[in-house]
Amino acid sequence: MKMKAILGLALTSTLALTACSSGGDDDTTTATAGAASCAPSSGPVTLSFTSWIPGIEDVVKVWNAKNPNIQVKVQTGPNGNGGTYQNFFNQLKAGNAPDLGQIEYDALPSFRVQDGLTNVAACKPVADAKDQFIDWTWNQVSFGEKDAAYGVPQDSGPMALFYRKDLFEKAGIPVPTTWEEYAADAVKVKAAGGYITNFSQSDINQFAGLAWQAGGRWFANDGSKWTVNFQDEATTKVADYWQDLITKKLVSAVPPWTTEWDSAYNKGQAWTWVSAVWGANSISSGAPDTSGKWAVAPMPQWTAGAKTAGNWGGSSTAIFKGSKHPYEASQFAIWLNTSEEALTLLNEKANLYPATKTGGSLAALSKGVDFYGGQKIYDIFADAATEVTPDFTWGPTMTSTYATASDGFKAAVSGNGTLGDALKKAQSSTIENLKSQSIPVAE
Amino acid sequence: MKSKSAAMAIMGICTLYFLVPIWWLFVGATKSRSDFGNTAPLWFAHFNLGSNLSELFHYRDGVFLRWMLNSILYTGGAALLGTVLAAMCGYALAKYNFPGREAIFNIVLGGVLVPATALALPLFLIFSQLNATNTFWSVFLPSLVNPFGVYLARIYATASVPDELLEAARLDGSGEVRTFFTVSTKLMFPALVTIFLFHFVAVWNNFLLPLIMLGNERLFPVTLGLYSWNTQVNQLPQLRMLVLTGALVSIIPLVVAFLFLQRFWRSGLGSGAVK
Repeated sequence: MKMKAILGLALTSTLALTACSSGGDDDTTTATAGAASCAPSSGPVTLSFTSWIPGIEDVVKVWNAKNPNIQVKVQTGPNGNGGTYQNFFNQLKAGNAPDLGQIEYDALPSFRVQDGLTNVAACKPVADAKDQFIDWTWNQVSFGEKDAAYGVPQDSGPMALFYRKDLFEKAGIPVPTTWEEYAADAVKVKAAGGYITNFSQSDINQFAGLAWQAGGRWFANDGSKWTVNFQDEATTKVADYWQDLITKKLVSAVPPWTTEWDSAYNKGQAWTWVSAVWGANSISSGAPDTSGKWAVAPMPQWTAGAKTAGNWGGSSTAIFKGSKHPYEASQFAIWLNTSEEALTLLNEKANLYPATKTGGSLAALSKGVDFYGGQKIYDIFADAATEVTPDFTWGPTMTSTYATASDGFKAAVSGNGTLGDALKKAQSSTIENLKSQSIPVAE
Repeated sequence: MKSKSAAMAIMGICTLYFLVPIWWLFVGATKSRSDFGNTAPLWFAHFNLGSNLSELFHYRDGVFLRWMLNSILYTGGAALLGTVLAAMCGYALAKYNFPGREAIFNIVLGGVLVPATALALPLFLIFSQLNATNTFWSVFLPSLVNPFGVYLARIYATASVPDELLEAARLDGSGEVRTFFTVSTKLMFPALVTIFLFHFVAVWNNFLLPLIMLGNERLFPVTLGLYSWNTQVNQLPQLRMLVLTGALVSIIPLVVAFLFLQRFWRSGLGSGAVK
């Protein structure tokens, strides 16, 4: 994720090129035509699959052993924004994209807009398994349309509050349940010599998760035009809230995913982190000295007693345009993302948190975790997963949006401007970017 | 005297500036993961290099060693062959008169101006047409091209290979190819070493081409491999120490190449100066 900004700059130029040559305006957004038919192939099939999940080979090996007639060849490389997405675009252009690829939710619309995906809604394995997925994750791959499935949800990142149980108890501060309490606690934590959290200055995905929870809706697509709005009421509320904490210096501004960042947690300088389920592993491996002192609570709410969660991250297994075996590909994608065997392995190898309704009750996810004082932390995330509001949509140019926004966020943290300014800038540059790629925008 | 000490001071600062990152890398690679975040970045904590190395070499069936080997094959092979090609081409341009000679040379010079980055995508499309992406050759063949080497070889051959000598060789009955390999290359040797080194570093550092061409992890050069691990650090934070240790190991071949080859380089530059 942290490479986004850097590569974003390098890649958007080539992206723009690809977009220009991918045809007129019409085929990019009005592709609401129903899913094509999807028949099983006769005879043995070999599928190619590109992913960057550590250990994915071992999961695929299990499939290959059981399905001699549908063999999957897996390839791995850097993560999506680290270059693999660009490779997908290149391969689509050259007409030799793999059958399946891992694509994060926020990148799926880019592939959709450039007509790089196959709608597999009509494939029997997909139609049969659809109801197993949590509604909002399904919306991420169907874009909220009927009879659409441009991939199969893989993992999700429901958010909750990681906090230092010991420090909160020692300082006599109750664990915040609302954002109001969180801000009040921030003052007390500062007085006790710490920071309530490290505000993620360069990774705007966390902020997106917070806006998502508050009800912010950044993008909408009515079938012909995109609406871009980074300044709706909810997003503005979240931006003002964090801006206030930044201005009062109640949050620290260590860049995320760095050693200093780890060390702030390890030394007890930062007391909480509002993060996704995979954050559990970031803390335990980044701050090993604090083992046993952490706990997880539901994310603070805007209205006391409400139960709404945000989401940060998550990906899908998409079936690319040009795949000759959409039926078998979707069969594999469904197995990969619904079978207990595969989900357990994915969780074990790469800490993926399933997108299925029953995923939260996997044996591996029902145990107490020592690092969190033996708490069954995944129960909290299982609830959060069902509390994520369903209709958040990503736009088709997220890479460049992230780059602009994170520049603005960094400036805001160092006192040059505000988060609001950053979002305003992100909005105008996103609209510009869409237009430059001939993607229709409603204004 | 004053200017000398000022020069020494500047040199000292520069040396420090260039060596500190390498020192940091070395110190970092000797630490355990928790020490890495919690101890002074420029000094040792508990010495953990051995277990870092063993973890690096064993992680995922020793794929790191494979990457090192790939890098050495891509880089060593391409630099060697590329140098020979560049030398032959530059030599021909310098020593033979034929129609279109200057035009060819100008085109080659133009090639120096085209960054490898800009060529990566067109190359990918060409190799896709041939169904040859994701193979050893898709990275190796484009790496052979070295227009700057041709330029350097021509300049150097013009200056260091006397026409009279070639004339004499011809009179003695030596063929052109034989003359080139037995007489001319010896005279051009310092230039060849320079070309080789430049080429070696350029291919070693060429990151975009393998990134675009290769999907199979077993074919990655070490730069791309470490990069792909680094992009997974969010998912698996334990990879950070492997990336760090791997980075340290991966610069060893470059250091060896420089230490070994700079002897030739220095003697060559010296002999040119005396003349």
